[in-house]
Amino acid sequence: MKNIGAASLSENRVSDYNEITLRKLPASHSISIRDLNVFIGNNHILNDINLTIPEKSITCIIGPSGCGKSTLLKTLNRMHDETPDVRIEGEVYVDDENIYGNNINVIDIRKKMGLLAQRPCPLPMSIFDNVAYGPRIHGLKKRKAINQTVIQYLQYVGLWDEVRERIRTSASSLSIGQQQRLCLARGLAIEPEYILGDEATSALDPISTRKIEEMFLKLKEKYTVILVTHTLRQAKRIADHIVFMYMGRIIESGPTEEFFNNPKDKLTKDYLSGSFS
Amino acid sequence: MAIKNLKYQEEKIFKILMILSAISIMSILFHIIGTILYKGLPGLSWDMVTKLPGGGFYLGKEGGVLNAIVGSVYLIIGSLTISLFLSVPLVLYINFYLPVKSVFTSIIRFSFDILFGVPSIVYGAFGFALMMFLGIRASLMGGIIAVAFLIMPIMMRSFDEVARLLPRDLPDALLSLGATKYEMIKVILRQLMPGLVTAILLAVGRGIGDAATVLFTAGYTDNIPVSLNQPAATLPLSIFFQLGSPVEEVQNRAYASALILTGIILVLSFSARYFSSKYSKNKI
Amino acid sequence: MRYIRLVKDKSARQIMLGIAIFSLLLLLVIGLSLFLKALPIVKEKSLWVLLTSGNWKPFKGEFGFLPYILSTLYVSILAIIIALPLSMLTSIYLCTYASKSIRRIFEPVIDLLSGIPPVIYGVWGSLTIVPLIADKIAPHFVEFSSGYTVLAGGVVLAIMILPLLVSVLLEVFRALPKEMTEASLSMGATKWQTVKKVMLRRSVSGIIAAIVLSVSRAFGETIAVLMVCGNIPLVPHSLFDACYPLPALIANNYGEMLSMPSYESALMLGAFLLFIIIVIFNGISRLTLNQIEKRYSL
Repeated sequence: MKNIGAASLSENRVSDYNEITLRKLPASHSISIRDLNVFIGNNHILNDINLTIPEKSITCIIGPSGCGKSTLLKTLNRMHDETPDVRIEGEVYVDDENIYGNNINVIDIRKKMGLLAQRPCPLPMSIFDNVAYGPRIHGLKKRKAINQTVIQYLQYVGLWDEVRERIRTSASSLSIGQQQRLCLARGLAIEPEYILGDEATSALDPISTRKIEEMFLKLKEKYTVILVTHTLRQAKRIADHIVFMYMGRIIESGPTEEFFNNPKDKLTKDYLSGSFS
Repeated sequence: MAIKNLKYQEEKIFKILMILSAISIMSILFHIIGTILYKGLPGLSWDMVTKLPGGGFYLGKEGGVLNAIVGSVYLIIGSLTISLFLSVPLVLYINFYLPVKSVFTSIIRFSFDILFGVPSIVYGAFGFALMMFLGIRASLMGGIIAVAFLIMPIMMRSFDEVARLLPRDLPDALLSLGATKYEMIKVILRQLMPGLVTAILLAVGRGIGDAATVLFTAGYTDNIPVSLNQPAATLPLSIFFQLGSPVEEVQNRAYASALILTGIILVLSFSARYFSSKYSKNKI
Repeated sequence: MRYIRLVKDKSARQIMLGIAIFSLLLLLVIGLSLFLKALPIVKEKSLWVLLTSGNWKPFKGEFGFLPYILSTLYVSILAIIIALPLSMLTSIYLCTYASKSIRRIFEPVIDLLSGIPPVIYGVWGSLTIVPLIADKIAPHFVEFSSGYTVLAGGVVLAIMILPLLVSVLLEVFRALPKEMTEASLSMGATKWQTVKKVMLRRSVSGIIAAIVLSVSRAFGETIAVLMVCGNIPLVPHSLFDACYPLPALIANNYGEMLSMPSYESALMLGAFLLFIIIVIFNGISRLTLNQIEKRYSL
């Protein structure tokens, strides 16, 4: 018996997520991208990207669709490895380490980056196992530790009270908003240092969206959060920094307040005024 | 006006022809099942499925076809195991290891399209040649190998069809959690399970009903094989051989065997349908 | 821990690659082994003689394949002549006129027909078609026929290839873009005119591919044909003569062939001929069908 019932789970439940000591972060904890060029086939998707992402804050990447914002996000956890005709030039430093350098194991990179995808994609297993999956493959064996991790992160995303009665049932029975929070808990359970969100709320209703947004605001206390978002309003609501992209280039970036109130580039002004989207 | 009338007349005639041909296809099916039922039911008895043929399968009037039923089950279990071990990794490999539009993938798919069309008698002949090369005589083992070749393309194609439709979300989600590809396909296999079950049922249906493959390779016997080196009787061959007998009781046994085989096929076919519909419901 | 995971991943990848290469070679291995088995007889006699001679006397060392080849051809061609109109009409009906519920009823019918084992078709054919021909049909044309004839083989084969034909034709018709038929309908054409002028004309290559695919299926069919064809090694002259298709020859003589090397080789030549023809036919039609799918799916 690998799994235990919900009853024994509640014995070691933790009352509040704040009591948990989340993973200690390394001293230097930032992402810096230097002269990044990405080609897919013959198309030049990202053009001379230079960007530093500040730690423990929310950075929102905005721009019209097709501007390369999702591609940029994917370069951060090396998901382009799976597509054959992508060519990447330049350097991406994560914690002072070039993730496109030699001797880098892609598993380690991805473990550092928790990804929240556009649509929630629960794994074909129980709610419990969904959260436990990451820690298990990364070597967590002790049942007690796994239980604790699962409860901890389900509480953290505010799902524990909703699902504790049916923790062993299939994750696909959850509502889509709950599924997205489950995916967040699953991503957090591998103890990443960065949270990547790829239009993570675009499939959700307004209430679920708000919950996820609140979650991001909470997350930035401990993590560095990088979001690709499709709505300007969302960026305004939660971002600390904005990166505006257009046609594969970064047009303008800066603190949210300044970006919205005092845009410098004409393209940015046009975009903010809704001339194109 | 006349032309217009003609236009509608023609449509009407062809519509009637179409409905007629659809009905005739359907009635052929019912006629086949009806004939098998009509001829097979009188011979069907408890003895049929619980006793070995008494006095030899060809002339003996007593007993049943337990040898063939058990032989077929052994045979299909063996060949299913072999083809599972080959086709499941193959499908996972071409869908989730190789890039989406890889040339290798399309060559493999193409070659399996062709293998799917290769007739069972050729698999039988090839199996026989292989057995002679390996020094195996007509036996359960030989039959298992030949039938494994026969059903592998069926299973591979049917499983591949489901695997192709899997949304890329799931592999991406797993990889972004830091799973290796091997860990990834283990979870994906779970998701694809209903599709695999359908593929297995289809393959079993085809494998259990085929006579030409086992004719050379598995041999025929009145007994239940106790080792892989012994010949094994099979249901389709029990029908084929017993029908050729001059003894009426034996012929009736052949009809009853035909009924048993048809029953098995119907059950397999309907459960395959059930599983595949359940799966497609899950996906939407 | 991480090391073990990576090793597991790597070895799984190697094993899978091995299996993929093995399965890629399968077709080649089958062809090659049959060819090598057939080589002695081809060396002994010329291929031309083997294919065009009508004498089959294995114990005198004469192996003329002509009766078998012609039998196979006749039976298969007859089968497609019977099955094509039926399946064309049915598949057109299913994808234009038929309502959704009719289609839903029909799907399992096709499934079941294709799932029924050949030996059952053989039993059914010998119970119904053979007596029907012997007692009702043949007396109008010839003095005597046992019923085990080219005609019986053709009818049974026709029914056996029906499900394949219908499902491939449905695929071909469904691959046509909807806009095409809608455009025709919106110009005031009747459904039937649209079928004739647009659907059929646009899917000629697909229909041919379906025919070739089914003919090659018919070529290889063994047990069912063997049970209704009569199996007399003479070139048949009418629909009511018995015939002896190639697969039936191989199946019927498996027991004897071990004793004589040249006999065995001759039978393996038969299997190789079947294999190579079917591979070529299948290859061409699958390529065509893939092309059709690609053309419209963009």
